[in-house]
Amino acid sequence: MSKQFKCHQGIGTKTQGLALVANDGFSARYDLDRIQGVFSRPAHKLYEQSYIDKILVLNTAKGGVASAWMLHEMCSRGIAPKAILFNSANTILAQGAALAGMTMCDRFEDGDVTELFHTGDQLIVDPVKGLVTIT
Amino acid sequence: MQLNKEEKAMLNGELGEPAKWALAHMLQVGQMFDAESFVNVSQAHMMADPESLGEAGVHFLEQLAGHGSVQSQVRIPMITDPRGVDLTQYQALGQTEEMANLERRTIKACEQLGILMTNTCINYQITMPPVLGDHVAYGDTGVVIYTNSVLGARSNFEGGPSAIAAGITGRTPKYGLHLNEKRQSTRRFSINHRPGNLTEWGILGAEIGRRCNSYWEVPVIEGITTAPTSDELKHFGAAMASFGSTPLFHIVGITPEASSLEVVCQNGIPPVEKISEDELYQLQDQFGKKGDKVDVVVFAAPQLSIIELADLAKLVDGKKLHSKTDMIVCTAPGVAADSERLGFTRRIESCGARLLVGTCFYNQYAKEIGEANGWKTILSNSTKIVNIISGYGYKPALRNMEQCVASAVAGEIL
Repeated sequence: MSKQFKCHQGIGTKTQGLALVANDGFSARYDLDRIQGVFSRPAHKLYEQSYIDKILVLNTAKGGVASAWMLHEMCSRGIAPKAILFNSANTILAQGAALAGMTMCDRFEDGDVTELFHTGDQLIVDPVKGLVTIT
Repeated sequence: MQLNKEEKAMLNGELGEPAKWALAHMLQVGQMFDAESFVNVSQAHMMADPESLGEAGVHFLEQLAGHGSVQSQVRIPMITDPRGVDLTQYQALGQTEEMANLERRTIKACEQLGILMTNTCINYQITMPPVLGDHVAYGDTGVVIYTNSVLGARSNFEGGPSAIAAGITGRTPKYGLHLNEKRQSTRRFSINHRPGNLTEWGILGAEIGRRCNSYWEVPVIEGITTAPTSDELKHFGAAMASFGSTPLFHIVGITPEASSLEVVCQNGIPPVEKISEDELYQLQDQFGKKGDKVDVVVFAAPQLSIIELADLAKLVDGKKLHSKTDMIVCTAPGVAADSERLGFTRRIESCGARLLVGTCFYNQYAKEIGEANGWKTILSNSTKIVNIISGYGYKPALRNMEQCVASAVAGEIL
């Protein structure tokens, strides 16, 4: 039985995939080996895990402005997540998603997004309606 | 979002393809953050190093530039963050011709767009600082937090794509830090120990950023009773922005919007959170211990001011680096010219250090140059860089400038 969660209007197009969840932050520069497509920061809760084609579910965006270009670069090589869901995005990640054509949503009405979803959940993300469905 | 006549013309393509793309891009972002309109900006500043851009990003800039000088020229003064390749020194650093060529293509496209290649993350110290109430579209988190907090101008973190969109259109969506209500404090910190050097200012900023941990939190700090220097606030803000994605802080009685606690807490005064000296030591203790070997000592992030270079020149006078330790120093082209004229560059390089111009260590293919030079352990006085660099495979350590120089001579952390 599917379950729906409401969030703020996001960026990108409707997409679906498997969730990869952690109560941690996200920066493409600080946290990723973008060539291999894995988290490379030893202190990150998803260290050494692949993010390729996943729907990342994380607490918030961290750090610098480089992520905006980097999301675009990652998508151009197909070594990228399908979507990112945050409790709270920052401006950089939203700008990067807009250029990259990556789906991104935040501000969920039902609570902490890292608790609403679990790694391995099959999700459908509709950023225009602001809806995420566990199928 | 409400669009005026000119903005509708841009969106319809009447002012060319670059403006059409730029307005559509900013509309997406503005709608996500509930902007109701655009606001004119007086300057833009873009982060666009080739490592971040990749082939895709460089091609994107080339396409924008390829629409011809009338359509593609930025309409406001637009400057750049540090580059990723110092084209006079890249081979010695272990960077490849492919990296240098991406850099050359980026510079060419930017120049075609009318962008001024200042290549600096300390533009607020050396080019044209914006003034109180000025709306700008700046990239580089350290630049933005200083601009918002110390100068009282207004900017969100603008990634490269949004910065170039602002440059082409002369505007940005009016949300976040452009709005009075988003500049009100949501967290309140009290300190009873004034930091004693740039690194300690960075550590304090990092602790506040770590606790806030959100772009949308605005800390106000009490307990700093006399004005810090520009370099101290530079390190304080850069570390806070790096650890917390924090774009604005207030210091009561010091920063221009915080004449009193009440003025920046009009939605209610938050409960006070004390930060002890012990907590700051705990944060520093995560980064390196006495006796650890040091492969490379880095002074960067942010680029060094002329005052920092003067201090460094004094510290290295008459010294030589350990045979297995390198030292990299990064500054802006504008500062490098003064450093050369004043003799600081010669003194710094005499100890065996390398002064890079117009780049910053972490955005110049840090992983690849680490592998090329055998650098695994990095020691720096920048709290920002030790937060960034572990993702590139380095083991970071943090000490003040004097300790860094002494450790570079000894080859290990003293």
